[in-house]
Amino acid sequence: MNTIIDKTTLAENVCRLTVRAPLISEERKPGQFVIVQTDNNFAERIPLTIADADPELGTITLIFQVVGKTTHKLALLEKGDAIENVLGPLGTPTHIKNFGTVICVGGGIGIAPLHPIAKALKQAGNRVITILGARTRELLILEQEMRAIADEFIVCTDDGSYGRKALVTEPLKELCAATPGPNKVVAIGPAIMMKFCAQTTRPFGVSTVVSLNTIMVDGTGMCGGCRVSVGGETKFVCVDGPEFDGHLVDFDNMMLRLQSYKEFEHKVFEECRLQQGIRQVHEEDE
Amino acid sequence: MSHRPTDDRQTQARQLYKELKNKELSNKERMNIPLQEMPAQDPGQRIRNMREVTYGYSPEQAWVEAARCLQCKKAPCIAGCPVGINIPAFIKAVTEEDYAEAIGIIKQDSLLPAICGRVCPQESQCQAPCTLGKALKDVNKAVSIGRLERFVADWEREQAKVVLPDVAESTGKRVAIVGSGPAGITVAADVRRKGHEVVIFEAFHKAGGVMVYGIPEFRLPKAIVQAEIDILTRMGVTLRTNFLVGRTRRLIKLLQDDGFDAIFIGTGAGLPKFMHIEGENLVGVFSANEYLTRTNLMKAYDKEQAHTPIFHSRRVAVLGGGNVAMDAARMAKRIGAEEVNIVYRRTEVEMPARVEEVAHAKEEGINFHLLKNAQRILGDARGRVKSLECLRYELGEPDASGRRRPVPVKGSESYLDVDTVIVSIGNDSNPLIKQTTAELETNKWGNILVDAECKTSLDRVYAGGDIVLGAATVILAMGQGRTAAGTINKQLAG
Repeated sequence: MNTIIDKTTLAENVCRLTVRAPLISEERKPGQFVIVQTDNNFAERIPLTIADADPELGTITLIFQVVGKTTHKLALLEKGDAIENVLGPLGTPTHIKNFGTVICVGGGIGIAPLHPIAKALKQAGNRVITILGARTRELLILEQEMRAIADEFIVCTDDGSYGRKALVTEPLKELCAATPGPNKVVAIGPAIMMKFCAQTTRPFGVSTVVSLNTIMVDGTGMCGGCRVSVGGETKFVCVDGPEFDGHLVDFDNMMLRLQSYKEFEHKVFEECRLQQGIRQVHEEDE
Repeated sequence: MSHRPTDDRQTQARQLYKELKNKELSNKERMNIPLQEMPAQDPGQRIRNMREVTYGYSPEQAWVEAARCLQCKKAPCIAGCPVGINIPAFIKAVTEEDYAEAIGIIKQDSLLPAICGRVCPQESQCQAPCTLGKALKDVNKAVSIGRLERFVADWEREQAKVVLPDVAESTGKRVAIVGSGPAGITVAADVRRKGHEVVIFEAFHKAGGVMVYGIPEFRLPKAIVQAEIDILTRMGVTLRTNFLVGRTRRLIKLLQDDGFDAIFIGTGAGLPKFMHIEGENLVGVFSANEYLTRTNLMKAYDKEQAHTPIFHSRRVAVLGGGNVAMDAARMAKRIGAEEVNIVYRRTEVEMPARVEEVAHAKEEGINFHLLKNAQRILGDARGRVKSLECLRYELGEPDASGRRRPVPVKGSESYLDVDTVIVSIGNDSNPLIKQTTAELETNKWGNILVDAECKTSLDRVYAGGDIVLGAATVILAMGQGRTAAGTINKQLAG
């Protein structure tokens, strides 16, 4: 179970795995995620978005960026290996219907969860405008896939190496100010990006959905580690989310909570990279 | 109760055993036998390891403790046990040193004696009405039924004398069990015995439910829980981990498409309650569920090997007075916190925690702030907990639960300088199955409604344990499992 049948690198440190998981593939809907764990004993459980699924082949696609020990270990797996534990699909699926015009804003690795949502919105009859953002051209992922869906397609890079040299909020603001404006915005990316997207759309009164990626342990509502404040109420991202009304999310608190284990995570990641470096040196010596 | 060295106790028990073994004892003599405390790791030592705190009785201690039982005709202990174990009979077998007989008697009614002997709140169940305790005018001097239960269950396991229950010839009927906690384990065993095929679905990567994610190693070694799970798999029960019924597959599909003839829901009370006070989402505030899952199931205590991080705490406040609060507090101490405080709004008498856990927590240097309750959690500029604002409480008139209602005293603010707050005020039922199974009736707290036979509003679907009872105990979950299994077996036979 959970055998990796395909592996590709989408950008530096961004990996795409196609995994055999027939039950998850059958049930999964856009917006949902899985919890993965590389071994039963000491590994950590981490949430990853389901970027795509093929129920006929019984596969799901996971896209992740190597940011810590667990994603590092995942990236070391090869075709034919299995991910020991995969639980899902988790979370409430995206509410898909024909809203009219929807702007889909994706930043960095957030483009991965955005893609199936944009696809479903397009299928539901929406006019889909996509704005993709990346630090630099090499880090932009799923460009072709998103371009194929979009009625209008905008790319921004921080350094201007591709598309507009701008933050995604710039074209977003222009589109909101235009007449007719969008009926809905879906923004997925780093917390800071989602915060500013929500701030941008608020004065225009455009409903804005964000998808949150917080710290989780079980992913089933049991630990509450993923809780965020939404409109003054505490919500669990794993069961109430991951999508919420961006205008109601307390992003500042969420960003602080994301930093809870920063020192620990940094330390183990460094140790893990160091060990790999040592192994490589050994292998070269042999 | 304060800590006494183990050797001391053993020597005393050996002498008593020699003296009394071949004597015909009068009730008065039995009443004079001193209560046998369980030997335990030294508190100073045990707060630096995860190993089980108590060692269990030696055979001599078990005999001496069993000799305290008056074998009274009324046997009120049986009525006090939620599953009605024939307690005097098993204790008599211990005095005859026939441990196989003793464990056999217990197992007629209880499936998990090694676990229940450790985690049952005996002082409010079987030991509460004990005639000896009444005669000595102290419930804490009742016969230590739980310790004796543990002793014979451990004997059976350690001697590898565990007898696999007989499994009847295959009936071709299939039963799905949702959740592998105490209720699910019980149903699985009882239904499997009748020859039905059984599949347990567990959301986590390991089976055992609260016994593996919640109750810490130092109170209930995971190897004991695993031994119970192993018995099930040896009986032919299939275990499917990483399977969240409701999400991975909907309950209805299990019935309609996957050929299950009956389903038992034992998903527990897995939704942590929060206080809904200011500052509860600051960095450093955790539910006890999260804190304990990280440290138990994910093994974050093993800082060398585990990848799951645990917050580095120096000063901790645990809100609540139940077993889970004691577990979280004592775990925090073992993880390395310098100071751990329990904050509880009533007095020690009203604390729902087992007497032994409270005593162990005190021995381990946990501070108790009674008649106090958290009002606000204050943070620093980085959004991290820096202190807990508490109010003093007084006990007023009795409330619906019969306990005197705690009333806050205005203007009595005080502050605890802490960097971590662990909220341990109970759990609500997990709403997932209800949300994905519209036909299932629940009460306003989300507990699944069942009749006396554990039948739900859905045909062929049964439920039991905390998902029905609200947060309760292992033994009550097991008791309901027994009832549900009986109903399922009856349904499948008909």
